[in-house]
This record gives sequence, C-alpha cells and structure tokens, in this order.
Amino acid sequence: MTETTVTPERPLVVEEGETRPGFIGQNIPRKEDKRLVQGEGVFFDDMKRHEMGFVHFVRSPYAHARIKSVDVSKALELDGVYGTLTGDEVAILTDPFFELSTPPGANIKDYALAVGKVRHVGDPVAAVVARTRELARDAAELVEVDYEPLPLVLDGETALEDAVVLHDDAGSNTVWSGVFDWGDFDAALADADHVIRIERLHFDRFSSTPLECAGCLVEYNRGTGQWTIYGNHQMPGVGAIWMAPSLRVGLDKLRFVSQDIGGGFGNKITLHPQFTACCLLARKLNRPVQWTEWRTDQHTANTHGNERTFLDITVPVKADGTMLGFSVRAIDDCGAFPRYEPLGCIIWAQVTPGCYRWRNVRVDFTQVCTNKSPVAPNRGYSRMQHLWLTERIVDVVAAELGLDPVEVRKQNYVKHEEFPYTTPNGCVYDSGDYARCLDIALELIGYDSIDEKRRDAESRGKLLGIGIGSTLDSGTNNFGQSMILNPELQFSGNNEVATVKLDIFGEVVVTLGTVPQGQGHETTTAQVVADILGCTPDEINVRAGHDSYWNSHAGFSGTYASQFAVTGLGAVKGAADKLAGEMKQLAAAVFGVTPADIELAESQARIKGNPEAALPFMALGAILNANNAGLPEDLDISLNVRHVYRPQFQKPDVERKYGNLTLTYATQVHACVVEVDPETGVYDIVDYAAVDDCGDRIHPQIVEGQVHGATAQALGAATHEIFTYDEEGNLLTPNFYDYHVPHALDMPPLKTGYIESTSPFTPLGAKGMGEGGGAGIHAVCAALQNALGKRGEGPIVWHSCNPYHRVWEMLQQPEESRKLVSVESR
Amino acid sequence: MDVNVTVNGERYERDVEPRKLLIHFLRDDLDLTGSHVGCDTGNCGACSVIVDGVLVKSCMMLAVQVDGATIETVEGLAQDGELNGLQQSFSDHHALQCGYCTPGMLMSASALLRQNPHPSEEEIRKGIQGNICRCTGYVNIVEAIKAAAE
Repeated sequence: MTETTVTPERPLVVEEGETRPGFIGQNIPRKEDKRLVQGEGVFFDDMKRHEMGFVHFVRSPYAHARIKSVDVSKALELDGVYGTLTGDEVAILTDPFFELSTPPGANIKDYALAVGKVRHVGDPVAAVVARTRELARDAAELVEVDYEPLPLVLDGETALEDAVVLHDDAGSNTVWSGVFDWGDFDAALADADHVIRIERLHFDRFSSTPLECAGCLVEYNRGTGQWTIYGNHQMPGVGAIWMAPSLRVGLDKLRFVSQDIGGGFGNKITLHPQFTACCLLARKLNRPVQWTEWRTDQHTANTHGNERTFLDITVPVKADGTMLGFSVRAIDDCGAFPRYEPLGCIIWAQVTPGCYRWRNVRVDFTQVCTNKSPVAPNRGYSRMQHLWLTERIVDVVAAELGLDPVEVRKQNYVKHEEFPYTTPNGCVYDSGDYARCLDIALELIGYDSIDEKRRDAESRGKLLGIGIGSTLDSGTNNFGQSMILNPELQFSGNNEVATVKLDIFGEVVVTLGTVPQGQGHETTTAQVVADILGCTPDEINVRAGHDSYWNSHAGFSGTYASQFAVTGLGAVKGAADKLAGEMKQLAAAVFGVTPADIELAESQARIKGNPEAALPFMALGAILNANNAGLPEDLDISLNVRHVYRPQFQKPDVERKYGNLTLTYATQVHACVVEVDPETGVYDIVDYAAVDDCGDRIHPQIVEGQVHGATAQALGAATHEIFTYDEEGNLLTPNFYDYHVPHALDMPPLKTGYIESTSPFTPLGAKGMGEGGGAGIHAVCAALQNALGKRGEGPIVWHSCNPYHRVWEMLQQPEESRKLVSVESR
Repeated sequence: MDVNVTVNGERYERDVEPRKLLIHFLRDDLDLTGSHVGCDTGNCGACSVIVDGVLVKSCMMLAVQVDGATIETVEGLAQDGELNGLQQSFSDHHALQCGYCTPGMLMSASALLRQNPHPSEEEIRKGIQGNICRCTGYVNIVEAIKAAAE
C-alpha cells in the first residue's frame, strides 16, 4: 500500500450543530511516514550550501575559570580556515540575552559565547569556521585560551551559601526565590492526627537526549540584513524574541525554517546562544555556516533537565488517611545559566496538589546556579519533579502509617464528579477519572493475584514490589504565570496560528505555526481539515515543518508544553471553519442561493438535497482565483484564511500567586511490578501498565506512541540515566557509552489502557499530551520501596534515579535513608 | 585517496580524505543523507548500513575501507517508489515518530530478517539492540518487524 487512502467509518456530511463523524478518532496512515522510511526526510544537517563553512566551538575544560586571553592566530593560519569568533567580539556585537527573572537573576549576563569567565565544562569560548568539519576541529585545537581556574560549586545547597559566586553581576547564585502559600497550612498541621516528616528527597539530573543533536545552517543576506536559520529550534517564536534584541535587529530579520526534526523533548528550546553565534559568523564571514552539535557536546554543554532537592517535607494526615496538604522547601539547580528559567519556579504550580484534593500547600522555592550544564524544559518540565514529590509523599505516608497505597490514593484523589476542579492555587483541572484509570492499570498487571506473585518471587529468592505513579500532563500554558515570578514581564495567555487555502486547482493547503518533531502534526491536521471540508485527508496538503515567513506564526508558536491537540488543532479548526464558510459563500453566489443552502461533502460544495447542483473544489478554486469576473461585488472572500487560536485566560493574581495556569490536564496512571535480587540490588521490571486519559483522541495510534515514548524515557530516568559530575565539574556521562538510555532489550513489555474524558474547554474535546508526568519514575521508585521494606522498616527511596548500586546501598544500609523519615502521631 | 564503491546498485568514484568516516562520505560526498548521525561513540546505530552483506555502523568505518565494496543504505530499500514490506510495516504499526533513527533501524532489521526470517521477539530485540530510539520505547518497532517477518 503506497497511498494513504482511507474510507471513513462514519458519514462525511456534517450538519451544523452535529458533532463527530469522519476521520477524527481514526488511525489513518501518517502522512510523514513515506518520506521518513525512505530516508527522504530533510533534517537540518542534510542541507548543503555552496561554499558553506563548518562551525566548531572551542569549549572550556574548566567548570569555573577566568578567561585571561584567547588567541586564535594559529587557527587562522591553517589552510582552509575561514574565520573565528571570540567572546570579546560577541560582547561588542551583541547585547546580553534578556533574563526573565527579577534580581538577582535579572542581572545575569548571558551571551552567545563566554565573556570574561567560563562557568561550566563545555562553556563555549570561541568558534572556528573551516572548509570541512575535520579541519574545523583541527583549527579549534590551535586556539590558545589562557584560563585562571576558580573555585567551583556543584550542588544547589552549597551554591545557596554564595561562597563561590558564578555571576558577579548578580552577586549571588540565587536566580529567583519565593514562598507559595495556599490554604492554611498551619491550621492543617494543628488539625492533623499524624504528621509525617521527610527530611530530604532528591530529583536527579537527566535529559531526554533527542537522537538528533542540535544545529543549524545559517545564511545571511547582506542586501536585506536578514538571516535564514535552517535549524531545529523547537520554539522559534520565543527564540527570535531572545535573539533579535541581542543581535540588535527586528524580529523579521530572523527567518526560522525547519522540515523534519529528530526529536526535541524540550531540549531544543534554548538554542539561542549557539544560533546567535552562527548568525554572527555568517555575517562576519559572508558565507553560509553550518553547525552540528556533537553528541558529547549535547550532553556536556547544551541542556539538562532540572535537578531539584526537596527538604523538610511535612505532611499533616488525618486518622482516616486523609492528607491535608504538605509543606516543603525546594532548591532547584539550573546549572550555569537560567536561560528559559526561572519559569521552572512556577511551572510546577500547574499541578500543585498533584492528583489529590489537598487544600493546604506551602512551598518555599529557590532556584540557584551551579557550575554545571544549563537546563532546559525537558519533557515533563518542572511538573515531573513536583509530581515525583507528591507521589513520594503518598507512598511514604502510606508505608509509615500502614495504609494501602491503592486505597489511600483513591481516598485522596480528586473525584470524577468534582470536575472541573479548582486547585488551592486557582488552576482548573478540566476533566478526568483518576480512580478509574488506577483500576484499569491494576487490572492490567493482575493486581488481584499480587500476593501469589509475591510468594512466587520469594520462592525464587527475589523481593517483589508494586508501585503506582499517578500524574498529570498539564498542557496549553497561560504564559501569564510568568508574571507571578516577575510582574514586569509582559507575557500572558497563549496563541497558535494556522492558515488554510483553497488553491487554483482545488488543492487544500495548510500551514502550521507549530514545529513538529515526530508528533504527526501533518496527519492529525489533515484529519481535522478533511472532516470540516467534507473531503479526505489525502486531499489535504499540510506543508511539512515550519517557516516563520509563512505568516502562520505568532508569539508563542512552537511545539512544546503538550498543547498541539488544543492550540495547534484549535488554530487549524478555526481556519478550516472560516474556509468552509467562504466556500459556501462562493458556491451560494454561483448557484444564486444562500450559504445556508450549501453543504460541503464528497469534495464538493453542493446544494443540500440536490446533489446534482455541485461544484468540485477545483471549480471553486479556479473561479475565485482565476475566473472571477461577474462575481458579486460584495463577496468578500479570499479562500485563503488565517486563524489565531487564543484560549481564554486571565492574568493571574500576582500577590496571591493565584490563577488558572493551564487549560488541560491529561492523566497518566502507571503500575509497575519489580523483582529485586536482595544479594546484588539488581532488579527487573517484570510487569508494567500505563493508562492514559487525554480527552478525545484525534489519532489513537499516535497517542499510544507518545505514551510508549514517555514511559520509556521515564523508565530510563528511573533506572539508569543520571548526569553525574566529578568534583572538578567534569561530566562523567557525556555520551551514550556512559549515559545509558534504554535499548530494545532494556524495555519491559508495556501494557497500555485508556479512557477518554472529554475536555470541556477545548475546540475538539482533546487535551494536550505527550510529555507524560514522569509517571514511570514514580512507579519504579514506589515499586522499589515496596519491595525493599515493610511498614516502619526498610529504606526510603529518596532519589528519583535508582541504578542497581543505589538499590544495593539501600539494602545494605536501610537505616541511612530510614532516618530521613519521622512520624508524629497524636 | 581514490574510493570506488557501489551503493544501492550505483557505482561511485571519489577522491576522499583518508580520515573521513564512511557516514560522512555517504552523506556529504554522495549526498545520501538518509543515514544519520546520532552520537560520536558508535552507540546509537542511526548510521547503520550494510557493507558486503554485513551490518555496520558507518561512523565506525573509514570511507577508504570500503574501496571495492557494495553498500546498501535506506535509500535502496524501496523499489520504483514502492515501499518494501518492512518499510510499510513500520508505517502501518507506527514504528516511527521523528524518523531520525528509522533508517538505521530499518537496515538493522533488514540484516536480521535476511539471517533469520522468522525471529522470536527476543531475537528481534537483540537484532536492534545496537540502535537507539528515543521516541517509541521500541514497542511498535518490535511489532513492525514481527509483522514484516510473517
């Protein structure tokens, strides 16, 4: 089968006011696949330009050092070297990128290359451009940099002491700090029958490491002063907002283009420093320049996920197991530069009480810089860390008080009948049924016979444990949440754009503002448009990729934060509805009837009840575009429409840190069964189920694929993936040898299930999904703790990542982690 | 150095720098950009091709080593615009998302199915263990290979 021909299961004709028929909800073949399985995708690194030069960055071997001098003269003498760029030049030619934070973070100066100091191993100090990538590497070796090493700081808690300060301009390592206090935590504490205290939990540093590294090919047009950046930035709207002021040009001087992108997961949101360096080089050398990041560079110096330490967690619990909330002190380590931060200091608040009816929450949150790689919004960004905390709280409380982790969840979950549910900080959970998802997950792993399985494992000398991870994937940001961090910021709401036109030969052409990286946007877009226009997805030409010169581009355009099914398809639906209206107007004018008499079906506009009176799309396109003499003067249509989807948000109450921060909440409930070898700490995941609820699914196969992928990344993060540093700040896991991501043999069999809770707030009833909430991390931690200990005994799993050696340590010295927990019963 | 090579049935002759990797030769000199680069340590398998019938990671070989060899890459799988059974199965089973690992994955699966036309799930997983996918969790890739073998 080579053509994507699909017969709809339901009739195509849609009466006004009727919902649902057609292609939405079906697993049509993906439009992207045919090119990708033939190696005919176009990724940025596939593109070439005549006389282009290859960029190689000279990177710091020190975690913290003053740059005394940079000498590029020997590199420039090498035959085939086109030129160089240094931090001194960057400091003259550009302004620092704007910072989102209030002081001290606001005073940090972040440039395209290191200026004056290096602040992490791999910090780029210079760039070299040469005829070949090999020559560029050779030349980079010849750049002489004289460093004066400085003391360094590698962990967040020590960084708070400011004994070593990374950014002299800020005068402190603290980027942002604030207290969030909702409900009445002190009263809840006084009202509690038990108070559980957990001294420390630590969410480890890892990243989703997209297989395609970052990069770009940049051309500079001297005549117009315009750069074209063929690259894999996944949020170019915001990238341009960073880059244009820094380069001292208008936004329209930066044209971002991408076709296929080899995975993003948030790791390609903060590429503005590298792209800015490439823009400067393309202009300076008057030739196209190409930069492809090396894998080692991506791990060492591009982006990691946020590392977070939770201290002094206090949980008031009633005698019947009702949890009243929690308080915590959180220290978030964002590495050497905040970049997208401090947004992570508020993003977690989208899911403040997790899945639970907790009304009293106090969070003292501080973000600090350390001499490690900067962070970026890695899949599950900031909510994942927080949800790990909420799930650890539930399991530790359950274990300490001897409660059933299933029952205590059901008791404390937000109930199905309570939706839409307003959280203590004003977020509105749109819909869901967490208890039902949990039941399905438990059924999938055969929970009824878990005791039997435990006995069987014990007979083989293994410890069996079961764990649950229940999380929310909040999607479609209200960017107004940034004002809670910094009231001066002029960001709020959200938007996305699509254009749809009917061209002269009847071709329907759609452009998107989004920047797909494997999510199947061409396919799901075609499903939505086909249903509205009464044709088939085959007839819809969705332009591949993104081009900021397409006029389908708004301030928040991009692919991030679990929102395409809402914002992207909301824009598509709006544009297609407008086009459908214009097509009916045109047909009505031709037939001399009213638009209400026209229906769109079977790729025609026709008079209802008279299928003989029909104009095929080709006729409509041709009449308006090329044969329009005689059409009524007041027929104000273009058959080329643009729609900006804008969800209805209000600005939050900055004083109370209160407001609706996201539009939708997809649910993930995972259940995991592990078997641990008590002698070695080696464990296997022997059964695993993931249940997802993302509202009405546009393309169930794509949804399930996202669930598989998010689960695999979470299991990698739970079992192996940690960015570990030595005491000098060298990353010990800088490549796929040392940083073990899941391979095919590592993955347990995954069982999946779903329910569909229609979102009342979105154009298609769908919710954004794809990030997951890191449910796999929570489920593995819970399963390990369940395997290793009984009530009041055994270790507490206090790291998010638990490789075998950590499990072995917990088995050997359970008291080490046990002492982190105390219970006060009244 | 001169390199004579047959790729997907077509003969090429190029003057190549001795240190150039095979993957860069294929991508830069022959413009066969279907095979990808995902790491710099030979771990990811995105560059997998078949050289004289043997599956290799083309980042772990120098271009000059393939002088006289016959190479198969992802671009040679479809015939006259028709996807082969494995490619079609990948699409049918949603075995790809971003598509970056897909060419290498397809070449590993092709090599596997030639040696073992009816592999078990375990054998399939072993057959692609040298290929990293960050999008799919391998679930649908394994299903697609299984279905293609049937």
